[in-house]
Amino acid sequence: MSHDTRQMDRHPIGGSSFALELADVGRKFGSLVALEDISFSVRAGERRAVLGANGAGKTTLFNAITGDFPPTSGRIVFFGEDITHLAVHNRIRRGLRRTYQKSLLFGGLSVLDNLYLAVRGVMDGRFSPQRPRPDDIASTRARDLARFVHLGERADMPVGDLSHGQQRQLEIGMAMAGAPRLILLDEPAAGLSPAERTQLVEMLNGLPGHITFVIIEHDLDVALKVSDKVTVMNNGQLFREGTPDEIRNDQDVQAIYLGGGTR
Amino acid sequence: MKRTDLISPAVIITALLLAAFPLLANAFWLVQIGAQTFIYGIIALGLILLAGYGGMVSLAQMSVAGLAGYSMAIFGLNSAGLGLGWPLPVVIITAIILATIFGTLIGVLSVRTEGIYTIMITLAVATGFFYFTRQNYAIFNGFTGFAGIKAPVIGGYDLRNPVWFYYLCLIFAAFSYLAITHLVRSTFGVALQGVRDNARRMEALGFHVKAHRITAYAIASVLAAIGGILTVWMNDRIDPSSIGVGPAIDILIIAVIGGLGHPVGAFIGALIFTLVDNFAIDLIDRERFNTVIGAVFLFIVLFSPDGVIGWWRRLFKPGSSSARASSQ
Repeated sequence: MSHDTRQMDRHPIGGSSFALELADVGRKFGSLVALEDISFSVRAGERRAVLGANGAGKTTLFNAITGDFPPTSGRIVFFGEDITHLAVHNRIRRGLRRTYQKSLLFGGLSVLDNLYLAVRGVMDGRFSPQRPRPDDIASTRARDLARFVHLGERADMPVGDLSHGQQRQLEIGMAMAGAPRLILLDEPAAGLSPAERTQLVEMLNGLPGHITFVIIEHDLDVALKVSDKVTVMNNGQLFREGTPDEIRNDQDVQAIYLGGGTR
Repeated sequence: MKRTDLISPAVIITALLLAAFPLLANAFWLVQIGAQTFIYGIIALGLILLAGYGGMVSLAQMSVAGLAGYSMAIFGLNSAGLGLGWPLPVVIITAIILATIFGTLIGVLSVRTEGIYTIMITLAVATGFFYFTRQNYAIFNGFTGFAGIKAPVIGGYDLRNPVWFYYLCLIFAAFSYLAITHLVRSTFGVALQGVRDNARRMEALGFHVKAHRITAYAIASVLAAIGGILTVWMNDRIDPSSIGVGPAIDILIIAVIGGLGHPVGAFIGALIFTLVDNFAIDLIDRERFNTVIGAVFLFIVLFSPDGVIGWWRRLFKPGSSSARASSQ
């Protein structure tokens, strides 16, 4: 699917033309300022890459958006609703999803059980004393997701037995559970082989057009192939915004992030 | 979704043997070994749900059981003449409700902590409740506690009769075991194991982690309450020594030596504990029998950190790399 075609297929849903609006978001850990006055907006259906050197505050920004470490200042608006002070699980139930830099899967459970929990987490019946049945809605959706991320053959395998690349695929499958509106992808290509990276790019470009995502990725090839717009962070602050081509050719960005050269 | 049958041939054979046990055993074996094993097992089952499946090691299970036992004496009848004398069904329901509320509140307090801090906070609750009952005479009758809390006659069956009391405990143990074995593979149980493995990730999937943990405390409290009621009927009495730090740790020992990886570990641990507790004194002089008890527990934990269940799995299910509950 070409870049332009992907953009045409997408359309805003949920009443707001912005999936995410950050207004002066800051996060301090004691005297350490990890994020300072971050403000930017992501349109519904947009695919945004967030770049920056290690320690720039990218993952902290994700943690602030999901509520893992809520911001100490500023506002976060999700599809028109202020979620700054919402609990993590309530943000997730509104359609926000994320993957983690380091896989946070349930190692003792099977692929299907992991996906089942992801599906159940955004459905009613989370406290159900009933045993899951193979033909119930949540189990069926879990199996569909396993196939979507190319793990259909390994659905009953313990997650601990999967390769690193397969675990990253499972992370994306779990983020796709329910009806995601915005997915935050934290370095999904980390540790993947070139072939797996190609598969990842195809998978991300094949996501339904109404799903917005923000991706942190150190592999610029991956980041720029899947994004419409790029935000560059430096020392906890917003440094630059632009299209992939603008960012690729920006001398200041090259100086702080690319080490003075392009890729 | 992988499923495990609740009623396996092994469960049926065990149930038949336990049902036939009164044909062979005398009153001592029926009550002091049989019924005591079931009661300890029911209380420890709650701890296995909390610790094995929820990752929350609570030392307050015996305090919850104690409150249920005290409630039987306070709202029912006792030999001190201090009981309110309410009808038995009302007393039983009140005891279970009060103990469940108590255990749930302990959960509310302790789910704010993790790991060693959960152990410490629940130990503090257990210690505090022990001293409170010992020093409070207005409600708990202080050091003396209450005696004369007789097991009732229900439907013509005198539950003071060792055989009927054994069957009563067996029935409650069987229902508790089947209920928890079912629950741990339910949606709630799988989610609880997810919370144990990675609470942060569960939040990020939309689960209210604290609510899941508190619900587990509530369920464990119902089991402790049942165990507490059966305990006062068996002993005819309750006093602070039944709920001290020693008995609180005994429940943890039972769960650990049986194995936290499967509900049956509660009853295996309870049987070993009860046998050692009763017969260690025959092996060595009266002053040193606690050393034998300690040595047996040390041996089991040293050679099988995941309890007798883990031992069993390594011997007969070598493919199972762990005694964790998740894949059961």
